[in-house]
Amino acid sequence: MNPTPLLEKARQLRADFPILSQAHPSGRPLIYFDNAATAQKPRVVIERLSAFLATQNANIHRGVHWLSQEATHLYEKARETVQHFLGAASPEEIIFVRGATEGINLIAQGLRRAYFQPGDEIILSTLEHHANIVPWQLVAEELPLRLKPLPLTSAGAVDVSALPDFLSPRTRLIAITHTSNGLGTRTPIEEIVAFAKAHDIPVLLDACQSIVHEAIDVQKLPVDFLVFSGHKLYGPTGVGVVYMRHPWGRKLPPYQGGGDMIVRVTWEKTRYAPPPAKFEAGTPAIAEAIVLATAIHYITDTVGYDFIQAYEAYLTDLAEALLRDVPGLTLYGTARPRGPIWSFNIEGIHPHDLGTFLDSWGIAVRVGHHCNQPLMDALGVPATARLSLAFYNLPEELQTLQEALLAAVEFFHKPLPSLRHE
Amino acid sequence: MSSELESLYQEIILEHSRYPRNYGRLPQPTHHAEGYNPLCGDQVHLTLQVDGEAIRDIRFEGQSCAICKASASVMTSLVKGLPLSEVEQLYEAFHALLTAEEPPTFSHIAPKYQDYLLAFGAVRNYPMRVKCATLPWHTLHAALHESHHEPVSTENL
Repeated sequence: MNPTPLLEKARQLRADFPILSQAHPSGRPLIYFDNAATAQKPRVVIERLSAFLATQNANIHRGVHWLSQEATHLYEKARETVQHFLGAASPEEIIFVRGATEGINLIAQGLRRAYFQPGDEIILSTLEHHANIVPWQLVAEELPLRLKPLPLTSAGAVDVSALPDFLSPRTRLIAITHTSNGLGTRTPIEEIVAFAKAHDIPVLLDACQSIVHEAIDVQKLPVDFLVFSGHKLYGPTGVGVVYMRHPWGRKLPPYQGGGDMIVRVTWEKTRYAPPPAKFEAGTPAIAEAIVLATAIHYITDTVGYDFIQAYEAYLTDLAEALLRDVPGLTLYGTARPRGPIWSFNIEGIHPHDLGTFLDSWGIAVRVGHHCNQPLMDALGVPATARLSLAFYNLPEELQTLQEALLAAVEFFHKPLPSLRHE
Repeated sequence: MSSELESLYQEIILEHSRYPRNYGRLPQPTHHAEGYNPLCGDQVHLTLQVDGEAIRDIRFEGQSCAICKASASVMTSLVKGLPLSEVEQLYEAFHALLTAEEPPTFSHIAPKYQDYLLAFGAVRNYPMRVKCATLPWHTLHAALHESHHEPVSTENL
């Protein structure tokens, strides 16, 4: 593949992100490789947020005045943007939440009250983020339920061949990540959804790490629930999305009570609004939801998923080759297909020390357990360093990373003169 | 190499992390405690032999970064054989060194200990790493002062 046209576009797009042209306090250029934690924001997103707050801010759904009508219109337009982005059948299926974590809690609590019976089972995977583990544990403790995590292949992908063994007459949900935040491996979700449909089991897809790299159409991939966070998709923090396939939104009870989610409140009996309002109690993140729509338009129209896929695949391969050249470096979870994420450790250097070292080079990576403690247990390590890339990263940044890693090996393994003590 | 990094990872720290002293577990400890930093997964297990008013022996083990491991190694080397009142003084001094608004003067600390403690002085410039250095000391404090043996977490200190 000739990467030149891709590289040209990446350099152009990079200029859309003001934060990336900042120098690090060390005086070196900032190299941002922590995109799986949160993505940086393009200028259109920053300016849209500012413009909304400066000229259009009002509360929604209950004002007859000009600004409120304007804000309501923009908020509901944002919902339609998300609807079309996901291929959802109607805006009723799109619920704005604070983030994917709140989204999974909303679904888990709804299913607890309207769907699960004691003794039911949920199939998850060893790759799950804590946000797709703990909400189910909360429910499981109460009912009780049994949580069954699918094992991984030796290359760190979900082992789909274990599915038939994990299925039981009590299996009531498969809740699974699309792309691992810790390893970058992509779940063979098409197979899992086909299996689930054949056995009439609903599927919840944690799309936080996949939707930033690939387009998802819920008609082609007919999951029942899907969640993602806005801030990982180049939008603001404080807003996320639950896709809830009809008629789940009619079946599940509200998550929180309050304003905006009711039809009529009396002391005797309150009638709830239909979805999505039913699940959006109180004033939502109005500005953030509207700006999330701006981010989605930027990704689909300005950047384009075809470009993201092609360029990130190039970066992913380059990163792998450069990392493999570092002596003593172990890569975890190398299965393909994958997102542009690599988790690794270097022999004799704790990831926290490596993280501090890389920061002194202006390089931001994530070190730790990545909210993946059961995965770390399965890998047999307490923590890893994680490189996560975005379409604005450049090959020369990866070269600098390799240089820094080689310097880290030298620094932490340098011979020590004999010291005075002991 | 940046000089900030050199002052964070002084040779005393690199050396103690690579060749930790007092590593392991005492077979019959009078005191023990487990320390844990849930943010990064650092883990320190301390076992002590306290005899009357002094620490006769101490061992640590666990998985942790260089700063935490060096801190545990230096700490166990310093407190072994010390009366508990002096241990308390070192604990206070170390804590102040890393967290007090104004770094403390060490005039009340015996000079032979000062170098070892001061080697960790630069950690205060790395807020996310302060807990790595203080975890062993908090765990020691818990082992000596708490009757229950819940793990010490850096998140509820």
